[in-house]
Amino acid sequence: MNHSIIQAKDVCVFYNDKQALHGISMEIPEQSITALIGPSGCGKSTFLRCLNRMNDLIANCRVEGSIVLEEEEVTGKIDVNLLRKRVGMVFQKPNPFPMSIFDNVAYGPRTHGIRNKAELEKIVIEALKQASLYDEVKDDLKKSALGLSGGQQQRLCIARALAADPQVLLMDEPTSALDPISTAKIEELCLELKKRYTIIMVTHNLQQAMRIADQTAFFYQGDLIEYGESKTLFTNPAHPKTRDYVTGRFG
Amino acid sequence: MVSAKKENAARWVFAGCAALSILCVALICWFLFANGLPAILEIGPMKFLFSSTWAPDQNQFGIWTMIAGSLILGAGAIILGVPLGVLCAVFLAYYCPKKLYKPFKFSIDLLAGIPSIVFGFFGLTLLVPILQQLFPGISGKGVLTASILLAMMILPTIVSVCENALQNVDPSYYEASRALGAGHDRTVFFVCLPAAKQGVLTAIVLGIGRAVGETMAVIMVAGNAAILPASLLSPLRTLTTGIVLEMSYASGLHREALIGMGCVLFVLVLVLNLGFMMLRKKETV
Repeated sequence: MNHSIIQAKDVCVFYNDKQALHGISMEIPEQSITALIGPSGCGKSTFLRCLNRMNDLIANCRVEGSIVLEEEEVTGKIDVNLLRKRVGMVFQKPNPFPMSIFDNVAYGPRTHGIRNKAELEKIVIEALKQASLYDEVKDDLKKSALGLSGGQQQRLCIARALAADPQVLLMDEPTSALDPISTAKIEELCLELKKRYTIIMVTHNLQQAMRIADQTAFFYQGDLIEYGESKTLFTNPAHPKTRDYVTGRFG
Repeated sequence: MVSAKKENAARWVFAGCAALSILCVALICWFLFANGLPAILEIGPMKFLFSSTWAPDQNQFGIWTMIAGSLILGAGAIILGVPLGVLCAVFLAYYCPKKLYKPFKFSIDLLAGIPSIVFGFFGLTLLVPILQQLFPGISGKGVLTASILLAMMILPTIVSVCENALQNVDPSYYEASRALGAGHDRTVFFVCLPAAKQGVLTAIVLGIGRAVGETMAVIMVAGNAAILPASLLSPLRTLTTGIVLEMSYASGLHREALIGMGCVLFVLVLVLNLGFMMLRKKETV
């Protein structure tokens, strides 16, 4: 396992009085893909959203415990916008802004103060290339992003996240709205991206976790049941609950 | 079989209702143009539209000053009303504390229900004296006063149409922008508001239609001189007020010329609406 970039300790999340996460502790190694799996409502997305403080947007949501990103505590009083620049996010439903492809990708760097046109152009092209979208859209950068196909839109969202120059990329079921071919492209892309970024992905697709994740965490009813190398977790799970889930007995 | 017959009957009823509303539009068009066009042709279309001399007693029927008046007030109302209304809608949609929302919304809706003559009184008794004090030596009635009043009158429409558009902006845009490290303000003004620009354009169309068509409030604060206004403080006359001021005593060609002004007003609003509609279509593509 690589050096760990994120250390979570005893993370508890409450929505009003209802506890959604019960003391999650896990370390996430850098430059790898970590999959979070588990049945709906198990808290995996909630945990993902703790890492870039997206839970802040939900009224009456309270987070306890500690999450350290490269020696920096992120649950306390920090500049959340700066944290979100370091920890990018891709959502379940492709959600490009209703503006041009270029402006979509340039949104992050512009937000963080880059105004120079040549510099922006360089960042946008680089990000599109990293998201393996550049060849498909290089002549249409001025066209609306909403004209792209679903798979292209999702890769555009990945490019948009990469353009902000993050270290960690959170993906919340990034392929669940896509067809198998687009899904395969995104998976391939993730394997490429993990050479530079740390990817943490929530997925309902167990095959996907098996195919691309280096380690997998199984969540159940707000608890982290088992966390380890994907191969072990899927072929030789330590916990009976994990075994039942990965063999499809419930879920 | 019975239900098919019933459905057929229902279809005829609906078609009848639809036809009736179309008939109304057709009748209005027919009345307007049948009575107005002969006068316009008799006066000469170019002279009618582009001459600035309006002197019915000398058989001079040039309505250019009033066309200009209507356009100026339409523009004035939009320039003052749209930014205010859009920002107000942004406040309601993204900044308003929950407790304030209902009273705020209610008072804006109330503004929409105020009869235009009451707006006129308000302008006459409050705005006009204020302007008289601010700029001594003028009547206080004119472009600026009428524009302010019209802006207030179109405000509720603009606010509700824009707010509706903002509420309908896909919430995932907001989330995506925040996840990229943009703050609330930047997200609202650079993502949500541009995403709602269709609504803003619709609001402009509705606002301009209302402003150009408004009569009673304008007549009380515009000064009503049929001249091209030289400044923001000079008086002006619009097509609508021009018609109302003289319709009660006009006869013969004068009367027909007033109906001709109605035709021009009708076409003007139609052209403005079509123009914005084309703009909207272009934005969608």
